[in-house]
Amino acid sequence: MAATSELVGARLRRDVRQRQFFDRLFVLVGMAILFAALLTLAILFLDLVRQGAPRFGWDFLTSFPSRKAVQAGILSAWVGTSLVMLVTVAVAMPLGVAAAIYLEEYAAKNWLTAIIEINVTNLAGVPSIIYGLLALGLFVYQFSLGQSIVSAGLTLALLILPIVVVATREALRAVPRAIREAAFALGATKWEVTAHHVLPYSTGGILTGLIIGLSRAIGETAPIITIGALAFIAFLPTPPLGQEFPYVNFTWLSDPFTVMPIQMFNWVSRPDPAFQMNAAAAGAILLGLTLLMNGVAIYVRYRYRKKINW
Amino acid sequence: MLARNSGKMATSMNVQRETVTGEAGRERAQLRRRLQLRRLRDRVVESVLLLSGLVAVFVTAAIVYILVSESLPFFAQVPLREFLTDTMWTPMFDDARFGILPLVAGTLVTTGVALCLAIPCGTVIALYLSEFASHRLRETVKPILELLGAVPTVVYGYFALQMVTPFLQRFIPGLPGFNMLSPGLVIGIMIIPYVASVSEDAMRAVPNTMREGSYAMGATRLQTAVRVVMPGALSGIAAAYILGISRAVGETMVVAVAAGLQPNLTWNPLESAATITAFIVQVSLGDLPHDSIGYQSIFAAGLVLMLTTLVFNIAGFLLTRRFREVY
Repeated sequence: MAATSELVGARLRRDVRQRQFFDRLFVLVGMAILFAALLTLAILFLDLVRQGAPRFGWDFLTSFPSRKAVQAGILSAWVGTSLVMLVTVAVAMPLGVAAAIYLEEYAAKNWLTAIIEINVTNLAGVPSIIYGLLALGLFVYQFSLGQSIVSAGLTLALLILPIVVVATREALRAVPRAIREAAFALGATKWEVTAHHVLPYSTGGILTGLIIGLSRAIGETAPIITIGALAFIAFLPTPPLGQEFPYVNFTWLSDPFTVMPIQMFNWVSRPDPAFQMNAAAAGAILLGLTLLMNGVAIYVRYRYRKKINW
Repeated sequence: MLARNSGKMATSMNVQRETVTGEAGRERAQLRRRLQLRRLRDRVVESVLLLSGLVAVFVTAAIVYILVSESLPFFAQVPLREFLTDTMWTPMFDDARFGILPLVAGTLVTTGVALCLAIPCGTVIALYLSEFASHRLRETVKPILELLGAVPTVVYGYFALQMVTPFLQRFIPGLPGFNMLSPGLVIGIMIIPYVASVSEDAMRAVPNTMREGSYAMGATRLQTAVRVVMPGALSGIAAAYILGISRAVGETMVVAVAAGLQPNLTWNPLESAATITAFIVQVSLGDLPHDSIGYQSIFAAGLVLMLTTLVFNIAGFLLTRRFREVY
């Protein structure tokens, strides 16, 4: 009898040991996969920097694209990217924030709200190239905006709209009810409550969403190719700020353009290794910008979260 | 900020007290007018906000309208039957054939390869972060992991073409420079954060009492994770996979750069083939006239892509809503 219970005990101990072993094994596997994924990101960035290193320098930033790889640069590309981003921010920020305020603060729980919400969720999952087809059919041909900076800016604004809406909604939701009720109790109207109390508290979250949206827009290639941006642009758009009255002009909006990801794609698709080096350099700058913007977004979120004590 | 706001509140309170004591009728009328103005402004603002909200609806409607109206002339020339069953896609040749199958096959193969990498890795990472990692590690690692999904896709294309393919060629002799395996793997890396973060959310939504019950029965953490948490989070995990599939299907630049642009009806990931998205890019790079069949064909291809991702997105949406409602 004692022998059997000892036997059972030994088997039980072995069983427990085995289970604990698998437990520890899984921790190792999990950590390994996690760090392999993070390592991939590091390798990707470092390799781009290494491959593109010979091309880094002032000349690369101040030269137009060229048939000769060593003379080619990204001047028209980064200027184009900056101007397109300007249009994107100007459109996506007010629209996105306003839509989010409506959904979070104003909307009644009815079918209209449900339809808007389903559409926002669905738009977040629409592949970016579909936005390109939309822009080609709508902006380029129906609205006759052509293959211009404004077409590209509008396209990217629609693309990042769901990101801005979702982030803004989260930021608004994080503001406690008590703050709204205190303002209502003092006779403030709904818009006064929103504009004076809720919005200032959610600035951090809104900014984070906007920066993340822009970091997505800056690297988008497919929709811009679809509207027909050219890679070989050896001139700059009209400068938005002029020397003479009225100092600001908007002719640049309808100028042809190129952007950094298009320039990189053009170089990647050439077999010549010298152009691949250019592609790596452009890619390193592009990836660096994206990582920087994401870093800023994480920092902003962290700062605001720390500063606010409800 | 707060000081300014409370100042504003204080003045509006003073104004109210004066009315209550009822001084001059003139003042009261003025106040009423001001209140009406404030209410009017509120109503105007509300309609502006509603219009902005409706933009999302307009955009969806515009996408559907453009895709359908631009591909109608295409389907007037190409019967639907040929479109769905022909095995050749050569819209730019003299002898044009319009069978979408080769493009669909290319899309399915790259997506399949991507899922083979992303689903196991994403699930293990989600389980590890949700059930094993410390709070601190999770909060540090998650934002970094999300960066994998933020890398510009054209950079991933370069990565697939210039780094992953040469690396794979060392192990698979005879692997062509353009193939579907390498971009598939890279897309897999790209969607790991989507899969991991949505499934982790679902796992964290499983109530702690269920875990504690399992521990009390003597289960280890791994047993609890696999037999209690995963079944509990099943619909959320399924949603994560489906959203990952939708991403992979719509991914464009990685395949356009590294998978080749030649439509090829094959299920072998070691061969080169074009996907639906790569074909749209290829046509857009050329200079086709607006009314040519080649131009119209990209809208037909886009319509197929849109419908495919729509089905996945709706399924994912319904599943996530379910897991959020259960507990």
